[in-house]
Amino acid sequence: MAYEAIIGLEVHAQLLTESKMFCRCTTAFGSEPNTNVCPICTSMPGVLPVINRRAVELVIRTGLALGCEIAPHSVFARKQYWYPDLPKNYQISQYELPLCTDGALEIDVNGETKRIRIRRVHLEEDTGKLLHTGGNESRVDFNRCGVPLMEIVSEPDMHSAEEAREYLVALRRILRYIGVSTGNMEEGSFRCEPNVNVGDEEHGTRTGISEIKNLNSFRAVFQSVEYELDRHRRVLDEGSEIGRETRRWYPSDDTRSGYTDTMRSKEEAMDYRYFPEPDLVPLRVDDVWLHEIRADMPELPRQKRERLIAEHGLSPYDVRVLTQSMELADYFEACVKAHGDAKKVSNWIQGEFLRLMRESGKEIADVLVRPEQMAELLKLADEGKITGPLAKEVFEAMFATGKAASTIIAERGIEVVSDEGELETIVDKVLAANPDVVGKVKAGKAQSKGFLVGQVMKATRGQAVPQKVNEIIDRKLQ
Amino acid sequence: MDLCHRTAHELAEMLQSREISALGLCEAVLARVEQVDPKVRAYMTTTPDLARAQAKAVDEKRAAGEDLPTLAGIPLAIKDNMVTVGIPTTCSSKILEGFMSPYDATVVQRVRDAGCVTVGKTNLDEFAMGSSTENSAFFASRNPWDLERAPGGSSGGSAAAVAAGETILALGSDTGGSIRQPASFCGIVGIKPTYGMVSRYGLVAFASSLDQIGPLTKDVRDAALLLDTISGHDPMDSTSVPEPPSNLTATLGQDIRGLRVGVPKEFLGEGTDPEVETAVKAAISQLEGLGAVIGEVSTPHVGYGLPTYYIIAPCEASANLARYDGIRYGHRTAERAGDIIELYERSRGEGFGPEVQRRIMIGTYALSAGYYDAYYLKAQRVRTLLKRDFERAFEQYDVLAWPTSPCLPFRFGEKADPLSMYLADVCTIPVNLVGIPAISLPCGFSKAGLPIGLQIGASYFDEATMLRVAYAYEQSTDFHRARAPLGAPGDAKGAAA
Repeated sequence: MAYEAIIGLEVHAQLLTESKMFCRCTTAFGSEPNTNVCPICTSMPGVLPVINRRAVELVIRTGLALGCEIAPHSVFARKQYWYPDLPKNYQISQYELPLCTDGALEIDVNGETKRIRIRRVHLEEDTGKLLHTGGNESRVDFNRCGVPLMEIVSEPDMHSAEEAREYLVALRRILRYIGVSTGNMEEGSFRCEPNVNVGDEEHGTRTGISEIKNLNSFRAVFQSVEYELDRHRRVLDEGSEIGRETRRWYPSDDTRSGYTDTMRSKEEAMDYRYFPEPDLVPLRVDDVWLHEIRADMPELPRQKRERLIAEHGLSPYDVRVLTQSMELADYFEACVKAHGDAKKVSNWIQGEFLRLMRESGKEIADVLVRPEQMAELLKLADEGKITGPLAKEVFEAMFATGKAASTIIAERGIEVVSDEGELETIVDKVLAANPDVVGKVKAGKAQSKGFLVGQVMKATRGQAVPQKVNEIIDRKLQ
Repeated sequence: MDLCHRTAHELAEMLQSREISALGLCEAVLARVEQVDPKVRAYMTTTPDLARAQAKAVDEKRAAGEDLPTLAGIPLAIKDNMVTVGIPTTCSSKILEGFMSPYDATVVQRVRDAGCVTVGKTNLDEFAMGSSTENSAFFASRNPWDLERAPGGSSGGSAAAVAAGETILALGSDTGGSIRQPASFCGIVGIKPTYGMVSRYGLVAFASSLDQIGPLTKDVRDAALLLDTISGHDPMDSTSVPEPPSNLTATLGQDIRGLRVGVPKEFLGEGTDPEVETAVKAAISQLEGLGAVIGEVSTPHVGYGLPTYYIIAPCEASANLARYDGIRYGHRTAERAGDIIELYERSRGEGFGPEVQRRIMIGTYALSAGYYDAYYLKAQRVRTLLKRDFERAFEQYDVLAWPTSPCLPFRFGEKADPLSMYLADVCTIPVNLVGIPAISLPCGFSKAGLPIGLQIGASYFDEATMLRVAYAYEQSTDFHRARAPLGAPGDAKGAAA
């Protein structure tokens, strides 16, 4: 049956400001509870909010990166609801006149580029955190309360869980590129609430939208969207209906796989009693300010990819890997600058470098190997002064210690055995020690030759050039 | 004359010439408080030790030859809805009984920097919602001109304290007339400055777009001095303007010949007490006699002021007062609550008085889905029309003059019906909705000796012209020199100095 999945995403990203949205408290993560608080963010009587200008700039940066219209005049509003992690019992947010509207984000899914429209990007403040200590007691930590939060709302332009995941990945990459958010889902600085329903084109019916909450990983987003789509399709199959509701995701555990369950239905939907925040004057963004922010924008992922392809003739696949973060792309470009051959650098980064990054769990910023050092190693290999396997060994040591390739080579006494006479002696010894293998090779079993080469490499502690060894063995066994 | 009955500018001269000391003045005021406050009940909290310490510090600085601000050493009372470190801030509400603020309001900081001596904090209608102090959760203050009558409200404690000589200066807050109406009822001067002139940081919010702090004093010069002290941009308040007018005493004493005074016709006539109307008309004639050009003007939408106010103010209040939930501070129910909602309901039900609850309910209702457009949005549109009315009036006139209150000070319990109490603010409310400044100053007494106030309003940030006209009028009369008798009705006349 021709069901269409309809998915829109609401993303909340904490902004990388030093201080909170409406007061001067630090936004530092992981402090002792209730140490980063003041009368304003704990909502003592008589306090007033003052807008954090940097937070506004970061939202405008995001709006520009997503091709949004930036409102010259936008308004903050009070969103009212009762919860102990919200000390004013209203959240200062934006409602009718958000800062940014009508943008788009391009994503690549299965080799195709899709354009996902962005409805709005607005600015608000985060809530505190409740700590349920068990028993009859709950405690509240206001450190997070008032941290600047940006809400990015897409149009329902995604039609599969893959697309939703790609959208999130692409969005997070952009936010990191432009330095507005860490995008860390586990720490809660990047949160996603999918809105999911299914349409039956044939009969012109649609299920009610499910808003999914409690997602703290890309995996959870993917799985929960899949789960909801399945559920909606089944309901349509049965010919029943689904009303609009908010559902909570329960990740899989030992006893069952992940599932969603109702938090509240449309009848219980909140009436937030929004009205314009009278403690703040409307936010004005004039051309001068907008121009300053625009001038300070970095190259965006898509622009960077296109440029790298044009400049270096790399494949789209390679470029996508290399531009997965701005830091990696910068590192790559620095290596190319020092070495000269983009393809060699690209291969090395995608191979050894990313392998070690994954294994070590390091960030680019923590990498000890400077781009010039990597270029030096590649040049030594180019000149035949070090073999491929040895280069890998040396690079591991460089990665671990930050020492230069030449230093490690000297320390370890690594030297390429290029003296033919010496190599021939070693080959003779290996052949003499393995008469049965020699016999097999002579009988036409070419694979067995690899064993002999390996023995020679072992005997030279990898310092022989494998090509050379092959040549000598071939000659001897003719 | 007893020091307590003198004005701040007279006392400032006496202090500067060392005729008196700040401590001596402080002791005189404290003695007066002790003597009369049991009758007047102006104060929620008195701070005699703090007052003496501050007075001594001023005397020491003066003795050391320091150049001190004009108001250094002058006793001052603070309405108990401005937060103070070390002194409880109750808003005359059980929900904040005993509450100690961790920070000082900006105005509190400013009067302290100016060397004012804090006598204490004054009673008000709970959260400034009311016009008589009868809505105080603790007690009602009394009108020094007739102890059986209300001093007005919500800054009734501050007005009564000034009128009774229990302080020289006082701070009030005005959301719909809460400075001007009690000033009128107590025969003193009160100013609601232009919105944005004085920082609201540390003023416990009632209705954020209407609230403004201002002075309550014995005469116009004192009011100008105190307003000068507290006004000015505050980076902590986004609605405070960058460069509000200053040096407000500069225009005092300039003549008002040729100045155009408009009389909005909608504020006189039906609903106005005849004695009030007579006194205000006489005051307007007096202005004419001083050379002002008088004309009638129409502000056609002021009739909608009251209903507009009673949508916007409760809407904002319903959100502003949501923070009193019993979680972080303030009253929390002693009853066991089954869940968090029950905890909120019980704490707030016990902590807020009936008028506060009424306004929270009105505001919550008006902002609810499906009602927002019909109430809040409509009210904001009417507010815009009202602004245009006044802007048009100020194209023709330099100031407007009309009564502060349509009625004379009423007896306790006389306006038990909330609606009749709301109607007492009909002349003051439009000023808050529009945002302009207005002053109330004494313009006569009823036959029974009750004070009557004249209201003069000016265009945005034109406090200078407003004060110039008010001062010219005041100096041509003796009403501001009369002192309250603190007795039974009928004693008033004998008290005039």
